[in-house]
Amino acid sequence: MSAAPSPPASPPESDSKTVIGIAFGNTNSSIAYTSPDGKAEVIANEEGDRQIPSVLSYIGSEEYHGAQAKSHLVRNAKNTVCYFRDFLGKSFASIDPTNSHTSAHPVDVGGTTSFNLQQTEDETATPVSISEITTRHLLRLKDSASDFLGSKIGGAVITVPTDFTDAQRSALIAAAKAADLEVLQIIHEPVAACLAYDARNNTIPTDKTILVVDLGGTRCDAAVVSSRGGMYTIIATAHDYELGGLQLDQVLVDHFAKEFLKRNKVDPREDARSLAKLKLEAEGTKRTLSLGNSATISIESLAGGYDFHSTVNRLRYEMLAKKVFDQIVGLAESVVTKAELDLLDIDEVILSGGTSHTPKIASRLAQIFPVTTQINAPATSAVALNPSELSARGAAIQASLIAEFDQEDIEQSTHPAVTVAPHLVKSVGVVIDGADDSFQTLLEAQTAVPARRTAQFIVPNGGDVIVKICEGVREIVVSKPEAKPNGVKDDDDSEEEEEEEADVRNRVFKVERVVAEAAVRGVEKGSKIEVTLNVGSDLALSVAARVVGGQQGARGTVEGTDKKE
Amino acid sequence: MASVKSLRPLPALPEGWSAESNFIAHAPLSASVHRKLEPVGPHFLAHARRKRHSRTFSEDDRIQASQNVKSVEDDDVGEISEPESPLLLQRDPKDWKNQDHYAVLGLSKYRYKATDEQIKKAHRKKVLKHHPDKRAASGATEDDSFFKCIQKAMEVLSDPARRRQFDSVDEDANRDPPTKKAKGNFFKLWSVVFESEARFSKNQPVPKFGDEKSTEQAVEEFYNFWYNFDSWRTFEYLDEDVPDDNENRDQKRSVERKNKASRTKRKTEDTARLRKLVDDCQNLDTRIKAFRDAKKKQRNAKRDARDAEEKRVAEEARIKAEEDKKRKEEEEVAAKASKESSKKAKEAAKTAVKKNKRVLKGSVKDANYFVSGIASPDVIDKVLSDVELIIAKIDAEDLGVFAKKLEANKGADAVKATYLAQASGMVSKGLIKAGELKILTSA
Repeated sequence: MSAAPSPPASPPESDSKTVIGIAFGNTNSSIAYTSPDGKAEVIANEEGDRQIPSVLSYIGSEEYHGAQAKSHLVRNAKNTVCYFRDFLGKSFASIDPTNSHTSAHPVDVGGTTSFNLQQTEDETATPVSISEITTRHLLRLKDSASDFLGSKIGGAVITVPTDFTDAQRSALIAAAKAADLEVLQIIHEPVAACLAYDARNNTIPTDKTILVVDLGGTRCDAAVVSSRGGMYTIIATAHDYELGGLQLDQVLVDHFAKEFLKRNKVDPREDARSLAKLKLEAEGTKRTLSLGNSATISIESLAGGYDFHSTVNRLRYEMLAKKVFDQIVGLAESVVTKAELDLLDIDEVILSGGTSHTPKIASRLAQIFPVTTQINAPATSAVALNPSELSARGAAIQASLIAEFDQEDIEQSTHPAVTVAPHLVKSVGVVIDGADDSFQTLLEAQTAVPARRTAQFIVPNGGDVIVKICEGVREIVVSKPEAKPNGVKDDDDSEEEEEEEADVRNRVFKVERVVAEAAVRGVEKGSKIEVTLNVGSDLALSVAARVVGGQQGARGTVEGTDKKE
Repeated sequence: MASVKSLRPLPALPEGWSAESNFIAHAPLSASVHRKLEPVGPHFLAHARRKRHSRTFSEDDRIQASQNVKSVEDDDVGEISEPESPLLLQRDPKDWKNQDHYAVLGLSKYRYKATDEQIKKAHRKKVLKHHPDKRAASGATEDDSFFKCIQKAMEVLSDPARRRQFDSVDEDANRDPPTKKAKGNFFKLWSVVFESEARFSKNQPVPKFGDEKSTEQAVEEFYNFWYNFDSWRTFEYLDEDVPDDNENRDQKRSVERKNKASRTKRKTEDTARLRKLVDDCQNLDTRIKAFRDAKKKQRNAKRDARDAEEKRVAEEARIKAEEDKKRKEEEEVAAKASKESSKKAKEAAKTAVKKNKRVLKGSVKDANYFVSGIASPDVIDKVLSDVELIIAKIDAEDLGVFAKKLEANKGADAVKATYLAQASGMVSKGLIKAGELKILTSA
């Protein structure tokens, strides 16, 4: 009987479970899945939103979620819960309730953060804990995903900011469990964004240092991530909890409120409902300004019974919001400094989060980085992904990668014994022919070992050549634009001049210490030499140099300093 | 692994550079700093795999490659190839209802167990071999009848509903119950029967028949399952062809009615057949008898124990009663004896008291009633009444002592003194009130 399979009319369930990625944000959440051809796609909920506002609202016994709930902020603010993600897993004493001021206020119920909500037909308000709110929110997201995909959701990868504490993580896992959602893994938002970009092409990503600027609705986070052979290490992070899309909304709110005040002698900011209306519309206007050069706002009966209709152009908006933009740029600069790097060291900038749609932010960041640095934002790159979707996409990709793993496998793979690895502090490369001390980097600093890199060199004249393995140091050379470049060549082309600045700053690599030398003799003219560097976890370096398609070569090992783990 | 495309020239070897095997190690790499990798992305998972199994890059590449190869091979397992019998090749495609679709596709050893994937593959294989164009190319006749059979078989088996209908009447997948004379292991013979019947169950998995070691609960569960068997077996496949619409409508309806009736009849028969099969099996099942015996034994054991207990209690009671009786008799004897002895003693005491009383009265008389000369009747009377009082109040023991004293002291004065001493002693003890005595007072 054991051999009998289920009868043909009910074909056996496919073994692979449906997994999704969830970006759980303070302002918006999104859900994504990986299609069978390996592309991550963000799922729209029943209302067609891909960015689902993290808002829950109650009228009588009805629960509203997403955009519907958000519109209730005007009429039903006291029964509408917003911006609650950061409250999860924190004691009431340590939360910042500023953003919830215009919606349901958090209250302290025995140390846990709760909201007093009327959820029944009678008018009595009962406290609902933050974890219960999160569970309801996740349940709605899960249901939307399973409706869209037409199958039960077997698990999810959820993204969180880098400063999420263990208590917050376990609270999130518990809340998800209560929503019957298995959390496969919790990953960091900036890394999810990197993964979303790197997964676009299937090749092994080149070694690069990425600055991820996550501009959310209520907070901004920045992280320097080193991507080495497709593995990510966060070098430094910076957070600003009072900077975000809401500040830009506020700029427009103030602008329009002043205009309304001038016309009608009534300040819409003084009435809670008028303010809520204005905020909601100002947010829409801000979005329009990210796409077009001017945007209109029109609100019926904004305050004192007066309608409001106005237009604002982008230049005006950018002038008004300059202070906010300055803060964002400042945050980006501060995190690079914190990582003990120079702006020239950043190879790529990824703008993530809804506020990244603002063109001025991308162009301001592009100004401070060298032209070679790629700025991944819709305004500066035609191939940029939608910044609002990066976290969810990255989570979906990670979910599809570990869908087949057992829980134990995941736990073992994310254990510090596996994740903590020694990282090189100095770049390792090969001295190349040319001016003194110039060299080709093979292993960049901050590469996790064990690591292996291969490079090919040519021997134009033939004969005997030397392969000199060195540790290098990066130097920033400041030169006057009139002065000729000093001829020092470095590995990438970051030395292209920047005309608009008085001083030209260049990044060059200098040989600091020779680690090993190998000689390859009798090489034919014009042939290539392939050099492979292999660094073990004990920092032992093995070098292999061989002529491509030939017999000649040399190999050797430099003993490591670290104890074998 | 990541490779850096450089194609820059290497410097020439300086003059006089020489080393053993063309390599010099100068200094180790600078000390590393420990950082946490983000456990995200395919390359990290590869790193985790290497680290957990402590593989090197090339080892891991090799193992991954060999695993990939193996998984491809696994897909090929279960490849189907059965040569067609000449009889099968000559089948008339019009007679498709009686055709064994599994045999046509070469899946006769899998039958209902064949997966959709296997059916698809088997069909593909047969089509490649029997396509009419191929046969024509190889010079054979353009007889495509077997190809039509193949297409028909695929048509039936690829449609889940129609495949079920065919499986329902697939006689070749049935296993007849063993006859009574059949030799071999009872459990092995019957379990194949139930295995083949289990394919009709709507509830999967079906409990196993088990063997002689199965627990009573498992066996009970098994028979319960089969007595409440929920079968999806249908008999539409055996329906008579319904005539086309353009023919007689009445005839069409009558055929439909007939079909329906015969389906119901067959279903009822099938249910009865299965019921009888389970009955037969249960009757033959030695385990049931064994369980019943074991139960009986258990019940009997209880009763036996109870009987023994009763017996023991009765015996104890009997012994106890006997003992009681014996003891009672002994006690009676002893009581009788003691009674007799006390009677004697009492009598003796009585005589002693009488004697002593006599001594007392006699002593007074001997002392001439404590007067000199002839005692007046009045004095005699008073003395005697005093003596009587003393006798009445004195106890038997003191009386004896007193009598002895009187006998020792002869002479009127001594007797009187003795009496006086006695009287005063008794007054002081409170036995006699001072006023009661008339003569024998010390006053």
